[in-house]
Amino acid sequence: MDFRVNWIGFKTLVRKEVIRVVRIWVQTIVPPAITMTLYFIIFGNLIGRRIGVMDGFDYMQYIAPGLIMMSVITNSYGNVVSSFFGAKFGKHVEEMLVSPMSNAIIIIGHVAGGVMRGLMVGALVTAIALFFTRLSIANPLITFSMVILASIVFALFGFMNAVFAKKFDDISIIPTFVLTPLTYLGGVFYSISLLPEFWQKVSLGNPILYMVNAFRYGILGTSDISIGWAYLLVSVFVVGLFSLNLALLNRGVGIRE
Amino acid sequence: MLALSIKNLAKTYEGGIEALKGINFSVEAGDFYALLGPNGAGKTTAIGIITSLVNKTSGKVEIFGHDIDKELEAAKACIGLVPQELNMNQFDTVLNIVVNQAGYYGIERKTALQRAEKYLTELRLWDRRNNDARGLSGGMKRRLMIARALIHEPRLLILDEPTAGVDIEIRRSMWAFLRETNKAGTTIILTTHYLEEAENLCRHVAIIDEGRIIEDARMSTVLRKLEREVFVLSLREPLSAVPDLNGFDTSLIDAYELEVTVNARDDLNGLFDALNEKGINVLSLRNKANRLEELFMGLVEAKQPNRTGN
Repeated sequence: MDFRVNWIGFKTLVRKEVIRVVRIWVQTIVPPAITMTLYFIIFGNLIGRRIGVMDGFDYMQYIAPGLIMMSVITNSYGNVVSSFFGAKFGKHVEEMLVSPMSNAIIIIGHVAGGVMRGLMVGALVTAIALFFTRLSIANPLITFSMVILASIVFALFGFMNAVFAKKFDDISIIPTFVLTPLTYLGGVFYSISLLPEFWQKVSLGNPILYMVNAFRYGILGTSDISIGWAYLLVSVFVVGLFSLNLALLNRGVGIRE
Repeated sequence: MLALSIKNLAKTYEGGIEALKGINFSVEAGDFYALLGPNGAGKTTAIGIITSLVNKTSGKVEIFGHDIDKELEAAKACIGLVPQELNMNQFDTVLNIVVNQAGYYGIERKTALQRAEKYLTELRLWDRRNNDARGLSGGMKRRLMIARALIHEPRLLILDEPTAGVDIEIRRSMWAFLRETNKAGTTIILTTHYLEEAENLCRHVAIIDEGRIIEDARMSTVLRKLEREVFVLSLREPLSAVPDLNGFDTSLIDAYELEVTVNARDDLNGLFDALNEKGINVLSLRNKANRLEELFMGLVEAKQPNRTGN
């Protein structure tokens, strides 16, 4: 593996992805900002006032970390799945496939692009949250490391979705039927301690719960689950998904005949 | 040195279609090589395997000595590909498309920008550098794909029907450009359905049909195999009947155009002697069909006499 070729290839991919996100900012940056503003107004402000305190924080403060994480997750996923599937659909994925850039760099470059968009949107949603509530970061290391790791995990999921996708419908099925329900049930809007014991246990099978809670712990210092388990789970996902994606590209699944 | 060596290359697609049935051929470094064949013969599959866009079923491919099974990245670094289908991001600018491609080959951005100016200027696209690719004409898109393929200055340039759908003026300017590129040392493999193009440009030709190589030789050697050529003569004065020209097979297209078949064992002097005897003045003479085209059709039809075309 030629390090120089791969390093320049990586920089090129990241640059291309960031330019793409900024060029189509009306599709990539504005919609999540509007959606999250509505969440803050409706759930946080209007309904949240009636809910009162959750885990010792007013409801707006409680849901803010979850909403930030939700926007990071969905945008990291969405960026990679649309970018890589778009390249497959338009056949310009061949530009990368004929080059000496390694398959690992093709994955890492796209994931980095997804993380960049996730973080851009996350920063914007954090800024919007500050119009509605006061946020201070209890543990910056946990906050930043967890948001980046969660972003990587869902960018890798998005990449895998794009590898298998054959038509545009295929890139909306997973977000609609898997990602969105898991996010809503992942403790963004409530503490799982409010659920009956059975559903609490079921909730522990949802990986998004660990990411949202670890991120919330980083900001507010409160969590439903063990932070150690969250890091272990996220690390396993990062390694497992990267390896799986690499094996798929090496075998040519979805990209070579 | 061999730019490309292919041994027993076979490809069977899912569903059992055998696109390549164990082909062998090699391309000398510096050659201008035509890979010809009817639609569906296996040309694009072979190119796909060479450029690693298609997985092979079996066989061996080496590019400048690099085995694609053992040194894939080194092999890929040697190749520039101009594919048959447009495969660029239509929403990206001309400059970004070529500069990004350079980045994938490990070329620093500063160098990539300099080379982009050079190749886009040579291919008459520099003034369009900030336009989105979707706004370019068909010929411009083809030239953009050539610039993109050359941006890392490959040792082997593979062009899969680069002039398809391009007007004659642009086609001829592309020919001149490719000749210069070859003269500068780049080995070129060309597939085309314009056999005049292959005859004009290439020094070596291989013909592939139904997944098998049916001809592989120097262009001059192949053309010598032509058993007969048909010429169309433009006449100064009209003819009212088909003249007897000492055994040459003749027919009238119209009063001013005479079609004459000349066998390989005959020469044109004999034909002109016969024309002089009859007092027929010839203004100009041209081949009825391209010579390579006649040979190509002969080879393909001989192999499968019942073929009706596609």
